[in-house]
This record gives sequence, structure tokens and C-alpha cells, in this order.
Amino acid sequence: MARADAHAPQQSPDPARGGIRIRGLAVDYQTPQGVLRAVDGVDLDVAPGAFVAILGPSGCGKSTILRVLAGLQRPAAGDAAIGGAAVVGPRRDIGVVFQDPTLLPWKTVFQNVCLPGRIMGLPRAGYEARARELLALVGLGDFAGYYPGQLSGGMRQRVGIARGLLHDPAVLLMDEPFGALDAMTREQMNMEILRIWAATGKTVVFITHSISEAALLSDRIVVLSPRPGRVIEIIENALARPRTMDMMATPEFGRMTGHLRGLFNVAGALE
Amino acid sequence: MSAATPAGRRRWIGATGIASLAIALAFLAAWEFAVGAFAVPSYIVPAPSRILAAFQRGIERQIYWPHLQATIEAMVVGYAIGTSLGIVLGALIAEFRTVERIVYPYIVSLQSLPKIALAPLFVMWFGYGLTSKVVTVALICFFPLVVNTITGLLSAQRDRLDMVRTMTATRWQLFWHVKLPSAAGHIFAGLQVAVVLSLIGALVAEFVGADRGLGNLIQISQGNMDTPGVFAVLVILAVIGMAATGAVRFVHRRVVFWESHRAGPHASDLS
Repeated sequence: MARADAHAPQQSPDPARGGIRIRGLAVDYQTPQGVLRAVDGVDLDVAPGAFVAILGPSGCGKSTILRVLAGLQRPAAGDAAIGGAAVVGPRRDIGVVFQDPTLLPWKTVFQNVCLPGRIMGLPRAGYEARARELLALVGLGDFAGYYPGQLSGGMRQRVGIARGLLHDPAVLLMDEPFGALDAMTREQMNMEILRIWAATGKTVVFITHSISEAALLSDRIVVLSPRPGRVIEIIENALARPRTMDMMATPEFGRMTGHLRGLFNVAGALE
Repeated sequence: MSAATPAGRRRWIGATGIASLAIALAFLAAWEFAVGAFAVPSYIVPAPSRILAAFQRGIERQIYWPHLQATIEAMVVGYAIGTSLGIVLGALIAEFRTVERIVYPYIVSLQSLPKIALAPLFVMWFGYGLTSKVVTVALICFFPLVVNTITGLLSAQRDRLDMVRTMTATRWQLFWHVKLPSAAGHIFAGLQVAVVLSLIGALVAEFVGADRGLGNLIQISQGNMDTPGVFAVLVILAVIGMAATGAVRFVHRRVVFWESHRAGPHASDLS
């Protein structure tokens, strides 16, 4: 399971798996006041094994794009495909991490991490061994028997990440996974997710409203406008890998975040 | 520092426990005194000492056991049947729109009917034995469970449902892993209500017509102007009520452990 090419995660072992293609995506929500278009005309290509950040202000429909990819939301127009197959509902080649880790409080940490395996009817011995590996990977090897209510917010989110990886999905969809954490835990988790990504080689779609988080983590940054969400610009992130927190002090980093902030100013999303 | 709170709280409860026991004793003493001082006839209000004497006499003559057995049997069997059927129907209504549309209007209109009023009919249909009592108890226990099961199942958090949906969960898996545990707290609240109602149901059914039972015994004692005997039965009923409620509360805390006080050390306290 563990891939040796830790510093070249872009080379996914199976290029057919994990590529994402979105064309002309539009999503509507029914509200009491009428139809609300959350996302409009979004095109996006993600190479297998890439780390893509979708960046936008609150309410720009970035979570909606993720819900479409997760098979939870039907588009009003356009389509999305993962690994060459159109997304028509939940599927086994994706793992999802929400902002709220949404662990089940009546299950232990271990049972929560094992849940996708149980739901999908995978061989038990296999997923249980993998759950132990993943808990060790996220630094919670000693907490398998704890209940979520006994853990801190950061620990719970790590459990959520381990659960998202259990069934070895080609794509990991993360919806502001560290948005609810305090600044210090968040920085720690940013480094953690880069380490996990390097160790597993997944395609990661990372939704965030934090400019610096997007710049620190991703290969590419997809910038969305306020509602209805449209792609304003896609930025190739030239920062070298492996990334470190120190890079946030470099002029290169400052230029990129400055540019991103400028885009939002033009779009009228920030004061 | 957090360890000080539970211990302090327990001591506080101990102090109030002593206070409330003192109040009970003072009340009994005042009662005993008042009955003697104002020469209240025993067949109107007997003194506590007379009630105790009546109770001892009853035990010596072994009159309580068959009645106690009959009442408890009706309670337990009726409670088991009524609550189980209530949970099953509640689950069917919450899960299937068709069932909801067909059945729910009747449930709502029947709920406002005092079920107790049907007890005389059951005596006519099922006779003076166990059956009519069981039917009365089951009917009275049924409705709170239907309502609470529906409320509970619909209270499952959308995020948790979505998360488990992304794992390709079937409808049954969503029910079993998310909805039912989410409903457990509500279902137990219904079970708490029903346990009190089951005692009322058994008593009323015995008043209306039964060959045995504590309700029956109250009527016999009343017929003999044996008011101390009636009070003695009331004490037994109070004990049954408290024991049954306590038992359900105990099981509630054990089963729905994640909603009650957090057990064990909190991991974030350890770090």
C-alpha cells in the first residue's frame, strides 16, 4: 500500500485512476424564494495524483462542486467524471472529508475508520489491518479504542482523514477540512496532509477559503468568483516540493498570495 | 482540575439527599401527629404507623404476592409488546412515505383519544384475565414510541447521512449505522414515558375488571373500608414505579452512552 516514491507523488501508479474532468458544470438549489444557481459553467481538469485547491469566498459554491464529485448532488447542467467514468452517485474510488469530521459518536475511533470497509462489504481482515496502519499514519495509533467525544477537534479530523483513505480511493475530496481548527492545529494539519498525500499518492481536491492554505498545499489553485461560482483563474503553483511552513515567508509565496488577493478584490469578494 | 467537579457534585447531591430524607421523615411525623391530634378516623386518613401495620399484616397473610405478580406480568408483557410494535411502526412511517400517508392520519387522531377509555371494551372482549390487561397496557405504551421513534429517526444529522452515503451505503445501512443510533435517545425517552404509562394501564385495567392484581386489591380493600390496606398498596405501587423507571434509565444510560455524561478521561486533557 505504501508507495516508495514519496517525493514524486504526481506520478500515480495507475494514470487511468483518479483523473477528474468537469465540463460546463452548473448546479441549482431550490429555495423558498425560487431557484438559486450556486455554480455556473465550471470547467476543470485534474491530473491523477495532483493536489488541487479550489479557492473562493464563502458561499461561492465551492462545496457544491465537491458534493457533485462525491455523488451527493445532481448538476443542473454539464457533467463531472472521475477516472473516465461519469459521476452519477456515490462511488468507491473517492474518499470524502468534510469540514466537520462527522464521526459517529456511538462508534469508537477504530470502528469509525473501518466504516467504509463495512459499508462496502470489503474483506474484514484486510480493512481492519489497513485501519490500524492509517491510524498510525495520522498519529492516532494509541487512540483506536477511544470514542470521538473523547478527542480534540484536530484528532477528530485526523480520524476523518484516516476514514476517507480506508478503502484506498484514487481521489480524496476535502471540504475545508481544517476550517474549524485553531490556527496552530491548522498549520500542523497542513503539514500532516502533505505528508499523507506524499505517502499515498492520491488525487486531492481541497476546498478552502484560506489563500495561504491554498498556496501552501496545492499544485494548482482554482479561483472561484462569488455566487454563482465561476472559475476566474487557474494558477499553477510553482513553489518547490516538499513544502515547509518557512516557504510562507518567501517573496515567491508573497507574490502568489498577493495576486490571489487581488483577484478577489476585483471580484468584490473582499473589502 | 476537572476531577474536582464530579467529586464536589457528588458531595452536594449527598447533602441534598440527606435534606430530602429529613423532609420526608418530618412529613411522616407531622402526619402521624396530626392524625392523632385531630382524631381523624383511620378509614379516612390512616396514620403512617397504621399503614405500616397493615402492610406487615398483608405480608404475614401473604396476600400481596399473587396480586403483585399479576400486575407486573401485565405491565412487562404489555410494555414489551406495545413498545416493540410502536418502534417498528414508527420506523416504517419514518422510512416509507407510503406508509406515512396511509397510516399517520389515523395515528394522529387515535393519539388524542384517551386509550384508557377502551379498557372496559377489552374486558368485554378478552375477559377478566391477563389478556385484557396486556392489551390495555400495550395500547397505552404504543403511541409514545411511535411518535418518538419517528422524531428520532428524522433527527439524524444530514452531514452524517451524507458522509455515510458517500461510502455507497444502502438504505438499510444508513438506517442501521446512522438513523437508528441517532434515534436511540428519543426512543429511550419514549420508553421512559411508556414505563410509567404501563403501570397506569395495568392499574386501570384491573380497576375495570380483573380477577387479580394490585388494582384489584385496592378495590377489595376499599370495599372493606380498609383504608390502611389501600395505602399499603399505594406504597407498593410507588416502589414498582420507581424501580421500573430506574431500570429503564439505567439501560438508557448504558445503551445511549454517547449522549450522557462522558465516560473516561478526555484525550485532550492528557496532552
